[in-house]
Amino acid sequence: MNKKTKKGLLDNFMTYGIVILAWVIVQVLIGTGNITNQMKGLLVPLCVYVILAVSLNLVVGISGELSLGHAGFMCVGAFAGAFFTKVSADTIPSLQVRFVIAILIGAVVAGVFGILIGIPVLRLRGDYLAIVTLAFGEIIKNILNIVYIGVDETGIKFALEKKSNLGLSESGQCIIEGAKGIAKTPKASTFTAGIILVLLTLFIVQNLIRSRSGRAIMAIRDNRIAAESIGLNITKYKLMAFSISAALAGVAGVLYAHNLASLAAEKFDYNMSILILVYVVLGGIGNISGSIIAAVVLTMLPELLRGLNDYRMLIYAIVLIVMMILNASPGAIAARERLMERFRKKKEAV
Amino acid sequence: MSFLSCLISGISLGSVYAIIALGYTMVYGIAKMLNFAHGDIIMVGAFTAFTIVSSLGMPSMMGVLAAIILCTALGVTVERIAYKPLRGASSLAVLITAIGVSYFLQNVVLLIFGPNPKKFQSVVTLPGLKLAGGELSISAVTIVTVITCLLVMAVLTTFINRTKMGQAMLAVSEDRGAATLMGINVNGTIALTFAIGSALAAVAGVLYCSAYDTLTPYIGSMPGIKAFVAAVFGGIGSIPGAFIGGIVMGIIEQMTKKYISSQLADAIVFAVLIIVLLVRPTGLLGRKIHEKV
Repeated sequence: MNKKTKKGLLDNFMTYGIVILAWVIVQVLIGTGNITNQMKGLLVPLCVYVILAVSLNLVVGISGELSLGHAGFMCVGAFAGAFFTKVSADTIPSLQVRFVIAILIGAVVAGVFGILIGIPVLRLRGDYLAIVTLAFGEIIKNILNIVYIGVDETGIKFALEKKSNLGLSESGQCIIEGAKGIAKTPKASTFTAGIILVLLTLFIVQNLIRSRSGRAIMAIRDNRIAAESIGLNITKYKLMAFSISAALAGVAGVLYAHNLASLAAEKFDYNMSILILVYVVLGGIGNISGSIIAAVVLTMLPELLRGLNDYRMLIYAIVLIVMMILNASPGAIAARERLMERFRKKKEAV
Repeated sequence: MSFLSCLISGISLGSVYAIIALGYTMVYGIAKMLNFAHGDIIMVGAFTAFTIVSSLGMPSMMGVLAAIILCTALGVTVERIAYKPLRGASSLAVLITAIGVSYFLQNVVLLIFGPNPKKFQSVVTLPGLKLAGGELSISAVTIVTVITCLLVMAVLTTFINRTKMGQAMLAVSEDRGAATLMGINVNGTIALTFAIGSALAAVAGVLYCSAYDTLTPYIGSMPGIKAFVAAVFGGIGSIPGAFIGGIVMGIIEQMTKKYISSQLADAIVFAVLIIVLLVRPTGLLGRKIHEKV
């Protein structure tokens, strides 16, 4: 094993270590009662956003395609998972078992959507690809907004626009109610479950990046034509990154759904997709631990600024612009390098 | 008759989209960035007109004029402060900054005017037109919107093809480096593009809110996104493309609302976009991107 792969492995374990450390610290804080209810309520959403950011980084950073429809996959996963948990309430009594199966179902359904949407979308390039992913996300949201699905003794029924179109029998119950979505999903998501899913996501993504397929995906990102000329199957690898990312977004969706009392499709609009993209870009495109840090900091920021009430979103916006300019503008980068240079010289002088 | 009136309202809505999409497409063509804050400039324009006309009681033309002036200044300022330092950075970085600007504008307006929706008084007070024995009525706003859109289109096309500054814009969008070497003031040209785009956004904002009378700090985002879709539909960077894209989108949206389902209108608009892009990957009038090895 050469030095470079060793360092990569070490980095991976560092990421796992930090996540586990965060879990331990939070457990200690909860145990000693040093955590506010507000923060407690943020723990599961934090895990959700970390999973989303890491999975989107797989598409934006590793595969190099700008996707603005990540919330759509999250939405599909959330609805599939929550639907299962509600439907199987009688057949499988244990909530934990149902939750685990729901996560698998959410992942599979979102993954299948990823493949179905990925096939047409990945033919496009650049900004055109971005707008089509946005369009798909909005379509998913819009359709789920008018879908009614209910269950009675004859089986699962499906209708559009009106609840009465379902034709449910007396004992039947409507589970997905159009714009109202799914109500009263059992609260199965816990911080520990969230952390386990974050670790699982990291494991999948980091191992994919370091695998033969991951190197192929990055080769296509860096130079599509060169990659094609050495015989890499472009569609296959792009689709692989896209669908794995979608499946992980589905997992995040299931976790999200089981943390809320009611789930409406309205929540999963393009603003949500953009929010996730902000985490990825601010954390550093292609940098997995950066995504985690950005997701955690930016999710906490509006809460920490809560004391400022009306001004908090304004400050959030300003922080976003200033951070972006300091981080990415050529002028700021040059200034930073000059500073580093001076620092280095001083060290040499000593 | 109902089909005809639906078609007319579609063209009217499409004209608003077209005016917004023109701004989007020009900025994209020249600065190569997706300006997500464009929709919020629309909102600022509408709020300015609202303040002047409804709160200060001045004539509506003053409101429109004030909206155009304020939005132009705002567009140039935003470009100078937020986008100019990022010239040469990755396009994603600029995109996120634009999102930051969008949040910023929304929240500033939210702080000033509060979250409650305001009732926007139409700036057009002329009586509507009644045709075919009163069966087909066209509101004055519709007529003004369509005429404004055609006028904007004509002026813009002449400006770009006939004036030196317009030619400079074309040159910058073609090749920024070569344009600099030819002695074109690239920064000035980009600022001018933002000024024109924002002025158009102000006009669109006033027209949009005259047709749909509620006003909230978030009204800009949906027409903004739809106009962006219209620009992509017609081939982003192409001015006639933005015009055609806007009109087609408006007609599809109104037709769907009337004949299929009002809740599915957005989904169908987006679906049409996807189909068009799959057949023509760079939009209706977009230029084909050639790949070089």
